[in-house]
Amino acid sequence: MGGYGDVQMIDEKGLRMDGRKPGDVRPITIETGVVPVADGSCRMTWGTNEAIVAVYGPMEAHPRKIQRQDRAVLDVTYNMAPFSTTDRMRPGFNRRSREISKVTADALESVVLLELYPRSKIRISIEIVSAEAGTRCVGLTAASVALADAGIPMTDLVVSVASGKINDVVVCDLNKEEDNYGEADLPMGILPNSGELVFLQMDGDLSPDEFKQAWDYNMDAAMEVHKLMVDALKGGEN
Amino acid sequence: MAAPLVPKLLRAHLSDLASNDARLDDRGQWDGRDTKLEIGVLPRAEGSAKVTMGNTIVLAGVKFQIMTPYPDRPNQGGLMCSCEVRSIAGRHWENGPPSPQSIELGRVVDRGIRESGCIDVDDLCIIPGEKAWQVILDLHAISDDGNLFDAFALAGIAALRNATIPAERFEIGEDTPLKVSKTPIMCSYHKVGGRFVYDASYREELGGDERIHITLGDDDHVHSLQKGLKGIFTADEFAEIMEHAKSRCSELRDIVNG
Repeated sequence: MGGYGDVQMIDEKGLRMDGRKPGDVRPITIETGVVPVADGSCRMTWGTNEAIVAVYGPMEAHPRKIQRQDRAVLDVTYNMAPFSTTDRMRPGFNRRSREISKVTADALESVVLLELYPRSKIRISIEIVSAEAGTRCVGLTAASVALADAGIPMTDLVVSVASGKINDVVVCDLNKEEDNYGEADLPMGILPNSGELVFLQMDGDLSPDEFKQAWDYNMDAAMEVHKLMVDALKGGEN
Repeated sequence: MAAPLVPKLLRAHLSDLASNDARLDDRGQWDGRDTKLEIGVLPRAEGSAKVTMGNTIVLAGVKFQIMTPYPDRPNQGGLMCSCEVRSIAGRHWENGPPSPQSIELGRVVDRGIRESGCIDVDDLCIIPGEKAWQVILDLHAISDDGNLFDAFALAGIAALRNATIPAERFEIGEDTPLKVSKTPIMCSYHKVGGRFVYDASYREELGGDERIHITLGDDDHVHSLQKGLKGIFTADEFAEIMEHAKSRCSELRDIVNG
């Protein structure tokens, strides 16, 4: 949220700078099996975001103190590559990537059938190699595709989408410029088969009506993205 | 890197193969895997490349920063090469502070590029003593099936050759391509089953001994050498490797030069 927009982001026809209508998401491509040495993997481009996710495991949980006797643990790391942003990102963990790793793990733990693999670990490495806006959503969505590609049993895929507000208009899936001047951001992690949520964050300022609209945009977009995920996992073109 | 568990059996198998002049994947002693180079693959980087060698995949991205020149070299900019092998690249890699292996990787690749003089640091000066460009080459492994060294070196030089100095974004003139005058190329050899092979896979690295990395510039000038891991090699072995490196480097140079 870069501050209030005196910049006009929506034209008189109600179209956004990149020509999208308020409820439209950016173009998405999904590919599986992109990390040949991993047990499962996914490359997802979303606008000019690009995430590559590899899943390893179930494998030995190491060190032993992280083991759980009744279930597997998820070891999720979200990382932005140094060349993924306009100004170079210093390598290594920071508070932001730690938080995103944690909420992503919390979301995925809600769908993976962890109790099938006691005392083991499933490692999920999310690398953002190109960032535009909404990388946490791309990372989480791609991670759930990579888990499915690895054959890890889950109750559902997770689709993560964000909506926000620019120039007092609620829009779905903010791009970089919109995010810089945006007035709110509502990312959600949705289970497409039940409509339940496993991930939710929000910052900014939304009236109850605007909040409802953003919520609905996310739900509709999730169903759309889910189709692409299923296509990719079935080996079809998208 | 986690301690390798299988090697005794693997080592025996590899030396059987070597005595029959064979390799795990049916390659000849001096054969490399299929090598694919794509450039301009990362929208946020000022220069980028992706190299695929068999199941080994790496990315290289170039970024620019403004630096204050060092007091003893007021007319020079800088080149920094940093390498990260994170947990995405293989189950034997862990996150955390850079491991000795990944530091060695970054430094060997850096030396080959730096010492070839392919980037003229004097050319990176903006205002002597005050402002200069720092070129940062970041190497990022996506999938490690052995020989990250050569993949990184190839992606690195290709990304530099693809780079544009983003002067407009920093409001100091017009964007210009980064001048890269030479094409240093690395070739790596691992001793597997008692003999050196070119472009080892991960399993060959796991069950092998020492390795030798050679970076050759245009006209076969030598720019960096590194012997890694425990092992002994003879002058004759080295001479044979060097002969192969000369021909292989020029093949790879043709790929980079398009």
